[in-house]
Amino acid sequence: MTLDIKSVEIKPIRQTYGHVARRIGEGKAATRYEEATYDLQASTNFHYLPTYNSKFEIYDERKTAIKMSDWYKFLDPRQYYYSNYVMTRAKQQEVAEQNFTFIEKRDLLLTMSKDIREQVLKSVVPLRHYEWGANMNNLQLVSESYGSALANAATFHAEDRLGNAQYITRIGLLLGENEGSVLDEAKQIWLQESSWQPLRKLVEDSFVVEDWFELFVLQNVVMDGFIHPLFFDLYEQEISSKGGNIQSMMTEFISTWFEESNKWVDKTLNVAISESEENKQIITTWLNNYIPLVEKATLALAGNLVENPTETVSLIKENFIARLNKNGLNL
Amino acid sequence: MNGNNVLLVLQAVEEAKPMVEAIQKDNPQAIIQNEPAMIKITCPSKLIVKADTMEELIGREWDPQELQLCLVTLAGNVDEDYDHFTIYWDN
Repeated sequence: MTLDIKSVEIKPIRQTYGHVARRIGEGKAATRYEEATYDLQASTNFHYLPTYNSKFEIYDERKTAIKMSDWYKFLDPRQYYYSNYVMTRAKQQEVAEQNFTFIEKRDLLLTMSKDIREQVLKSVVPLRHYEWGANMNNLQLVSESYGSALANAATFHAEDRLGNAQYITRIGLLLGENEGSVLDEAKQIWLQESSWQPLRKLVEDSFVVEDWFELFVLQNVVMDGFIHPLFFDLYEQEISSKGGNIQSMMTEFISTWFEESNKWVDKTLNVAISESEENKQIITTWLNNYIPLVEKATLALAGNLVENPTETVSLIKENFIARLNKNGLNL
Repeated sequence: MNGNNVLLVLQAVEEAKPMVEAIQKDNPQAIIQNEPAMIKITCPSKLIVKADTMEELIGREWDPQELQLCLVTLAGNVDEDYDHFTIYWDN
């Protein structure tokens, strides 16, 4: 007996949802990202004004000074939606896990000199509170921003920040031989030690910034643009020759994440700036306000970490300004 | 079908969509046919999938070996490197 398998082709009547088709064109197949992003947020027929802020509708374009003709221009270049985001991070988590296992198995902690160990505990571990602040701020973006394109990406960004905080905590626990007291000490440093106070003030002040795009600029552009290169790039370069090599192994997730998420941060900034001259003006004003404050806070911390704090911070600033100018600003 | 055509058949899965888009971009002569569960692509003498174009479309690094994961079949000689996947006829 021969078996003849025939296939019947059933042509779908529609390739995707109507609201997605209106954006990408009829008859085109939409990607999962497009379907999970475009026009998901309600934009009309709201019920009551929120009791916690009755000046605005629950989703309201007037919550920021930035004006956009279409809020879905803020697409995420990484095209993250739930499943590919989770898969990407799971893979990175596996690598990070391996690094920690490797360090423990080979007793690599012994290669880290006592001075550097102390320095990481005192001058890096308190940064977990900063990352937690960044988590809060990005969740604020999720609740205040307009359009699901930005809100989606900000949700993932917020979760990443919690992940960063957890990695820093883990480094603290590893170096402190699993004594929770190292975290209490780090918290006291964050709260009391004078070099941390400018950054702590910035983080706490950022919690009450009302304009959500201003908050995006302050947290994701300026603060991260100074703090991350100092802690997870230049500092690690400086200690790697002094027996601090394994620090970069333990923070590998954070530095790859920073590079990757900057693609989204830069694109978002670039889209807002290219929209109109007014947007560019407003963003430039915010940047001019915040850059000197963040620079000062970073300089205070650089003193704990590197030999030439002034030079290091001016290098960070130079790279940062170049990055902004590449995205359409003239600073 | 023209004897000089190269052929690439991919599974009709999510990962193949940007590949088809990249192929259309870099090979204007390519003919795309949507078959049940697969996508048949034919092109005169040469078909190239560029990693650069893919990376632009998906926003992350793309290794041409990823193409193998949704590959059904192909006809032609293969030239594969870190930045491209090319199918061609030598004659």
